Amino acid sequence: MKAKSPTVKKRAKTAKSAPKSRSKVRKKATTKAKSKSSPGDYWSLRLYVAGQTPRSLTAFANLKRLCEQFLANRHEIEVVDLTREPQRAKGDEIVALPTLVRKLPEPIKRIIGDLSNTERVLIGMDLLPLVGMHRATP
Amino acid sequence: MRKHVKSKTRSKGKPLAGLKKSPTGISGFDEITGGGLPEGRPTLVCGSAGCGKSLFAAEFLIRGAVEFGEPGVLLTFDETAEDITKNVASLGFDIHALTARKKIIVDYIRVERSEIEENGEYDLEGLFLRLSHAIQSIGAKRVVLDAIETLFSGFTNQGILRAEIRRLFAWLRERGLTTVITGERGEGQLTRQGIEEYVSDCVILLDHRVIGQISTRRLRVVKYRGTTHGTNEYPFLIDEKGIAVLPITASGMDYDVSNKRIPSGIPELDEMLGGQGFYEGSSILLSGTAGTGKTSVAAHLANATCQNGKRCLYFSFEESQAQILRNMHSIGIRLERHVKQGLLKFFATRPTVHGLEMHLLLMHKMIEEFQPSVVIVDPVSNLGSAGTLDDSTNMLIRLVDFLRKGHITGFFVNLNTGGSYTESTDQGLSSLVDTWLLLRDIEVGGERNRAMYVLKSRGMSHSNQVREFLITAKGVKLVPAYLGPSGVLTGSARLVQEASERANQQLVKEDVERRKLMLERQRRALEAKISELQAEFEADRVEFHRLSRMYELQKEQADEDRRRLEESRRATRTPKNVGK
Repeated sequence: MKAKSPTVKKRAKTAKSAPKSRSKVRKKATTKAKSKSSPGDYWSLRLYVAGQTPRSLTAFANLKRLCEQFLANRHEIEVVDLTREPQRAKGDEIVALPTLVRKLPEPIKRIIGDLSNTERVLIGMDLLPLVGMHRATP
Repeated sequence: MRKHVKSKTRSKGKPLAGLKKSPTGISGFDEITGGGLPEGRPTLVCGSAGCGKSLFAAEFLIRGAVEFGEPGVLLTFDETAEDITKNVASLGFDIHALTARKKIIVDYIRVERSEIEENGEYDLEGLFLRLSHAIQSIGAKRVVLDAIETLFSGFTNQGILRAEIRRLFAWLRERGLTTVITGERGEGQLTRQGIEEYVSDCVILLDHRVIGQISTRRLRVVKYRGTTHGTNEYPFLIDEKGIAVLPITASGMDYDVSNKRIPSGIPELDEMLGGQGFYEGSSILLSGTAGTGKTSVAAHLANATCQNGKRCLYFSFEESQAQILRNMHSIGIRLERHVKQGLLKFFATRPTVHGLEMHLLLMHKMIEEFQPSVVIVDPVSNLGSAGTLDDSTNMLIRLVDFLRKGHITGFFVNLNTGGSYTESTDQGLSSLVDTWLLLRDIEVGGERNRAMYVLKSRGMSHSNQVREFLITAKGVKLVPAYLGPSGVLTGSARLVQEASERANQQLVKEDVERRKLMLERQRRALEAKISELQAEFEADRVEFHRLSRMYELQKEQADEDRRRLEESRRATRTPKNVGK
């Protein structure tokens, strides 16, 4: 595991230094790829934030970058702004913000924080196998 | 600068002086704190597991919504909303109905460490948002955060968490929400995570202590900034009406006394107590060894009280109600009609069922509900087994004070164990009571008999006599005991004495009769003699009369004879001249 981390971190760093996308927070970046329809291939993610705070934006940027890098065309991201829809916090038991919830594939996983540690996000989202596959090919 | 600081503290001091309080509606608690919890501020309720923290918090919230018109939000981190609904349903609160009426919102916040991965910076804004959403939707005035410390086990970054909790309390305070936070008791500090340092206004400690296998719940106001409060540990109980705290340790000695008297139910005993019985509202101790008839005396008092139309509450720690009723039948006291009329109420339990404080609390509660004029505790000596001796003394002192304050006559029965000196009680009650009656055995001539005397009775003249105490089919009788050469005579010795006295009296009576007859005879003899003498005298008198008459006649005859003789001598002379 440790041997792999430097490369991942490097990538994360480079991604972070990239200019932030001023995306609208309440937007759905949905890209569907039904060609690979085996279970566990489609990723449904939900990001809870509280308004457009720097932390929310960082989290969203980090998430977007990660998805584009590892889950291109097989994920959807829903951003929920709890300052506008506080009643939605109940459903996913949201306490801390920002929170990333992996709705699909099951089981449901939660990650809190601004997702600045890419490797831990990958571990938390069970993405490491994909990363491993990705890296094993070259 | 200094001036500025001074003025600041002064202006800060002003609102504290008139600190507003939010009533909890929890029975007794508002009395201790002088009105309830600090309004618009957070209060920490802490204690170990199972001490009733959550219930306290829930009751505060529900009563606030139901009784004081202050809607509330309950955020629970520990139990689900369904669990809480069920828990308080047993106290008669319907959370579903209250939720439907927008009086209460119960929100369960599940924090599961295993489901949460931390990555980078975060805050608890989600909690804030949920809370503020709930508060806004019903216009809540009260908030409960039940077991907020569960958060600490859900997140690893303690620095963030502490900062966020501090922010949360500041946020609640800013919005003027009266908040109750519950926390588990920690080692060496009030809560596990030391959140008491964030809550500086009011801290309440609940305790569930087990001493000698008997548990007692206690409540203490550890601090309450800006107001006076009772500092003692107050026992409380959780019953079907929720939490009940009774500020019993707060009772003082500033009570009025009454000059009225109440009969004891035993006329002879009333006689011994200056002819009128006990003072109303006084405390009476009846002590005696086993089997001396203590309960019978108590039953007499109960009977007399109920016959006068007053209520009597009988705490029995040895016999059940049915047992007492049956046993009192044998001495001709029928208590069941008073029970039926609702004038007499029995409360029979084992002393070891609860701790002493709990007993006291239950007694208080029952006394307040039943409003009796006489309370009988039979026996108090048994209470020692529910705690230490010191504790039971302490409890009885408070009970006596409480009864006196309410002008309730307290009748305490004390069982002296064989070894202990009869003129003392284990609990040291003797100096506390106003009237002390002692029942004792007297063993003489192969018999055990009972005797009763008044050891002391404050404020009334009372008999110094030791009276024999008889339990008959028609109740208790006190008969004057005989003082013989070997002390007090009781039982058959007294009967023998009585018989011999009766025999003596008979003898004397017969003697008198005899003498009376003799005298009569003498009188009659005398009278006979007198009449005989009288007759004799009469005879003499008649004789004398006859003689003197005879003499007169003779003298007349003689004169006649002489005249005739003279006439015959001087025939010319007229008899007239003779007369000259």
